[in-house]
Amino acid sequence: MAHAYTPGLKVTEKAVIRKTRRLPIPGEVLVEKGQKVSPDTIVARTSIPGNPQTVNVANLLGIEATDVPDYMVKKEGDFVEEGEVLARYTYFFGRFKREVTSPVTGTIEMISKVTGQVTLREPPIPVEVDAYIEGIVEEIIPREGVVVVTEGAFIQGIFGVGGETTGTIRVAVDSPDDVLTASHIESDDDGKVVVGGSLITSDAIQRCAEVGARGIVAGGIIDHDLVEYLGFDIGVAITGHEDVPVTLIITEGFGQMKMADRTFNLLKKLSGLRACINGATQIRAGVMRPEIIVPGYEGEGESASDDRYLSEGLVIGTPVRIIREPYFGLLAEVVELPPELQLIESESRVRVLKARLEDGTIVTVPRANVEIIEA
Amino acid sequence: MQEGKTVLNPDEINTVLATDCGSTTTKAILIEKVDDEYRLIVRGEAPTTVEAPYEDVTLGARNAIREVEELTGRRFLSDDGVITPTQPDGSGADIFMSTSSAGGGLQMMVAGVVKTMTAESAARAALGAGAIVMDVIAVDDGRKPHEKIQRIRQLRPDMILLSGGIDGGTITHVVEIAELIAAAEPKPRLGIGYKLPVIYAGNKFARKHVEEILGEKTDLRVVDNLRPVLEKEVLGPAREAIHNLFMEHVMAQAPGYNKLMTWTPVPIMPTPGAVGNCMQTAAKEYDMSVIGVDIGGATTDVFSVFGEYFNRTVSANLGMSYSICNVLLETGLPNIMRWIPFKMDEANLRNRIRNKMIRPTTIPQTLDDLIIEQGIAREALRLAFEHHKSLAVGLRGVHRERTIGDVFEQTGSGETYIDMMELGMLIGSGGTLSHAPRRAQAALMLLDAFQPEGETMLAVDSIFMMPQLGILATVHPKAAMHVFDKDCLVKLGTTIAPLGPSSSNLKFGEPCVTVTIEYNEQVIEESVPYGSMKVIKIPEETTVDAVIRPERHFDAGNGYGRVVETQVHGGVVGVIIDCRGRPTVLPEDPVLRNQKLVEWFKAMDMYPADLLDKYAAQGV
Repeated sequence: MAHAYTPGLKVTEKAVIRKTRRLPIPGEVLVEKGQKVSPDTIVARTSIPGNPQTVNVANLLGIEATDVPDYMVKKEGDFVEEGEVLARYTYFFGRFKREVTSPVTGTIEMISKVTGQVTLREPPIPVEVDAYIEGIVEEIIPREGVVVVTEGAFIQGIFGVGGETTGTIRVAVDSPDDVLTASHIESDDDGKVVVGGSLITSDAIQRCAEVGARGIVAGGIIDHDLVEYLGFDIGVAITGHEDVPVTLIITEGFGQMKMADRTFNLLKKLSGLRACINGATQIRAGVMRPEIIVPGYEGEGESASDDRYLSEGLVIGTPVRIIREPYFGLLAEVVELPPELQLIESESRVRVLKARLEDGTIVTVPRANVEIIEA
Repeated sequence: MQEGKTVLNPDEINTVLATDCGSTTTKAILIEKVDDEYRLIVRGEAPTTVEAPYEDVTLGARNAIREVEELTGRRFLSDDGVITPTQPDGSGADIFMSTSSAGGGLQMMVAGVVKTMTAESAARAALGAGAIVMDVIAVDDGRKPHEKIQRIRQLRPDMILLSGGIDGGTITHVVEIAELIAAAEPKPRLGIGYKLPVIYAGNKFARKHVEEILGEKTDLRVVDNLRPVLEKEVLGPAREAIHNLFMEHVMAQAPGYNKLMTWTPVPIMPTPGAVGNCMQTAAKEYDMSVIGVDIGGATTDVFSVFGEYFNRTVSANLGMSYSICNVLLETGLPNIMRWIPFKMDEANLRNRIRNKMIRPTTIPQTLDDLIIEQGIAREALRLAFEHHKSLAVGLRGVHRERTIGDVFEQTGSGETYIDMMELGMLIGSGGTLSHAPRRAQAALMLLDAFQPEGETMLAVDSIFMMPQLGILATVHPKAAMHVFDKDCLVKLGTTIAPLGPSSSNLKFGEPCVTVTIEYNEQVIEESVPYGSMKVIKIPEETTVDAVIRPERHFDAGNGYGRVVETQVHGGVVGVIIDCRGRPTVLPEDPVLRNQKLVEWFKAMDMYPADLLDKYAAQGV
C-alpha cells in the first residue's frame, strides 16, 4: 500500500474548519445561508416522538384482550392527564368497579385487541442542535441541518472524554514537561479550558471540576486516574457521551508524556481566547479525534484545508512522532525511506524508515509506528 | 442478482477478479485457471474510500485493481468499471464480484418471544447472514416494556429481524413485541427520512396483526417462520431476506455502492457472511468438522461447522486494537500476565494496552511487545470461543425421548454441540494470526485459546482471501476450493493433544503419550511426558501413518489408555505433540509458570533461543 503510516494529528494556527451540524431525524433549519452564528446559536430544531408507555388494560381489569375497546373511557388520539381514568369495568349491577388510570400525561396512541395493551405517548421531546463554533453558515442541508465554516486555530488530541463545550484557554504550567496538579488550578478557573504539560493528575481533575473549569488539555494521563474520573473502565474507543463535568483532551497518550512543543507553544499563543472543544473520540472507520478550535484566530502562514488529508505522506525531512515502544513518544525527523522490506527485532519484515531523534541519534522504526506531525 | 444480468456458466469462467471492501483496506485478487486448476495469480490492495473526503467505495476498489493491473501488465478497468468478460486482447475478467464490511458492516437487532428459543434462533439467523447483533429483545429478557422500548430507540440498527411463536402457537406475545417496536418508532442508521426495514419471520398466523401494526411505520418484509415447529429451525428464508435488504438498504445508502453494484452480476455479500460460506464449503469438501476464527481490530468472529450445524458468532468488542481494552476488562490483567514469561509492571502494561487502542495501526517492534500482544490475543480468542460455544447449541425447548443411553451420554437440548475431540480442522485468520512472524506463534495461540483435543489440523489464512473465496463459492465452488486449499491456507501441521489427565494426582513429568510415525522410510518414536510439548518436523503436503499410545489417564480419541492408529499431516510447523493436558493448566507459582512457558516456547521454536534463555535466567 502506498501509505503505510498513521496520518498525524493536526496542530495548526490557521485552518479552514467545517462542522456539519445535523439533526438525528428530519426537522426545521432555523438559520440562513451566509448567516453569522455563535457557538450557542440554535441552527436546527425538531421534536422526537415522546416516550411511549404501555399499560396492559386487559390484565389490570381481568378481562379478555378482545373486550378492551368496550371498556375504554378514552379512545385512540385522546389526550389524558396522569391519573386520569383510561378504562373502567363495572360488575354486579354496577355496584363494583375496577379502573385503570394513566401513568403519564400524553396521548393514547393504540388500543390493542390482541394483547390488551394500551400504548400512551408522552408529549414530544424537543431536540435542538447548536452551531458549536463561531462562524458562517456555508450550506443548508434541507430539513437536516447546516454546515458551519470558520477560519482559526485547530488542534487535535489523541484521546478525550466528555462532549462539546466552550471556555477561555489558560495555560497553567510553564513547560510541556510539567505535571498539572491541583495546586496549578486557581479559583477563578471557572469557565476555563486549563492546559497542562506532560500529565494531568487525579487531584487536578477533581479541582477543575470543583471550580467549574470546562476543559483540561494535557499530554498524558495514567490509566487508573481516567477510570477513577469516569467511574467505569473504557473497553472500546468510542467516547464523548460520558456524563462528566469537565471535558478532557489528551494530546499524546497514556502515561506521563511531554506535550509536543508545537502543541504547547500554540496553546500558549491562544491563551485568553475562547475555544470550542470536544472530547469525542472514535477510533475506527470514520476516525474522530478530540479537538480544540479557536475560531477567528488570525495565525501566521497559509490556511490549511481538509485537502491536506490527501497530501503525499512521508518524505525526507517530515517531522514525525514515534508512537510505539521502544521509542514511544519521541519526536524525530525522517532521514531515510528504504523501499524494501526489512527485518525488525520482532522478526516481522516490514517497511521501515530511519529517523533522527532530537538528541541526534538515528533509529530505525516501522513506518506504521510513526505519525506525521501535520502543519 | 442485479437486474438484467446473468451469472456465467461455471465452465465458462477462467478468470475471476474479486474484491473485499473492508473497513480500512480494499483487497483485490485475481484467480485464473492454470492446467485445470484454479489458482491465485496476484493480489492488490488499497485504502478503502467510503469515508470522507472520498466517499466513493469504487475509488478504493479501482486502486486495488490497479495494483493487479500493474502486477500482471493486463488491463481490467474501463471508465465504466471492470471489463467483463475477458476480451480477445486478454484484457478483463470473466466475472467480477465483491464483498463488503465497510461503513461498520451490517448492524441488526433481533427480537423473539422466548429468549432461549425463537429469539436465539433469530440471533443465529442474523449472525449467520454476517450481521453484528446489537441486542436481542425477548418477552422474557427480564427488562420492563419501557426499558425495551428505550433500548430500541437508542440503537439505530440497519434492520430488525422479528420472530416469535411456532406456526399455530402464541400470537399475543408476538404482537406484543411488534407493538413495542411500533411504539419505539426506530430509525435506521443510514438514510435520514427512510423507514426502518423489519423482517418478520414468526408465527404465520400472526402476520396479519404484525402487518397492521408495523406495515405503515416500517418497511416490513414477511418471510417463512424461522421456527415453524419447536424441533426445527429454518433459517434460510430469513437469511436471504437479510441479504436482500443489505443490498437494497445498507449498501444502496453507502457511498459509491450503487456504482459498484453495476460492475457485478453477483449480489454484494457482507464479508462475514462470505467467510461463513467459505468455511461451510471447506467442511463439505474436506468432510470434517471445522472451526474458523478471524481476529480483527474491533471484533472477533468465530465460525463452526459440525455436521449439519453451521454457526457464526461475533464478539463485537473483542479485538486487538479498537477494542483491545475490552479484552483487558473482560479477562482481567492476571489472565494476560500468565502468558508473559518476564517481569512486567502492571501500570506500564495497562498504559501500553491503552496506547495500542488509541493508535491502532502500530505494530510490535520489540520481541517483548510482540509477546505481550500475543498474550492478549490468546485471551481475546479464548473469550470469543467461550461466547461461540454458548450460542452454538442444540435447539432448546425440544422434548426428547430419553433412552437408557442418555443416562450415560449427557448431551441434551441446549448444550453446545462443539466437540473438540471431533474437530478436524482449526483455521486462524486476522493479522495477529496470519502475520505472526513465526508460524509456530500462530499455532500455539490457537492451541492455548481453543484447546483442541485428539488429532486436529491447524491452519492459518495466508492473506485473508476467505471473503472473496466465499462469494466465489456461491458461483463456482470448485474454483473456490482449489484456491482455498493451494493458495489460501497455510497448513501448520496436525496437533496431537490427549484429553486428561483423568486423575488430579498426576504431576508434570509423568508419562503421557508415545507417538510413532513412519516418515522417509524411518520410524520416529517420541515419548512425551505430561506437561511438555514436542514437535516432529514433517513438511507440508505430507501425510504419514501414526500410532498414538496414550497412558491410562489420557485419551487420544479412542478412550482413556486406548491406542489410536491414524494419519497425521505435516505442515510448516510440523506434527505438534501437546501433552500439557486438556484443559491446559498453568502452574500457579509464577516462577514455575515462567519456566514452563519458556520450555514450551523453546519446544515450539517460537522466539529466538537467546531471548528465551534471558527470560529463563531472569526468573520472575
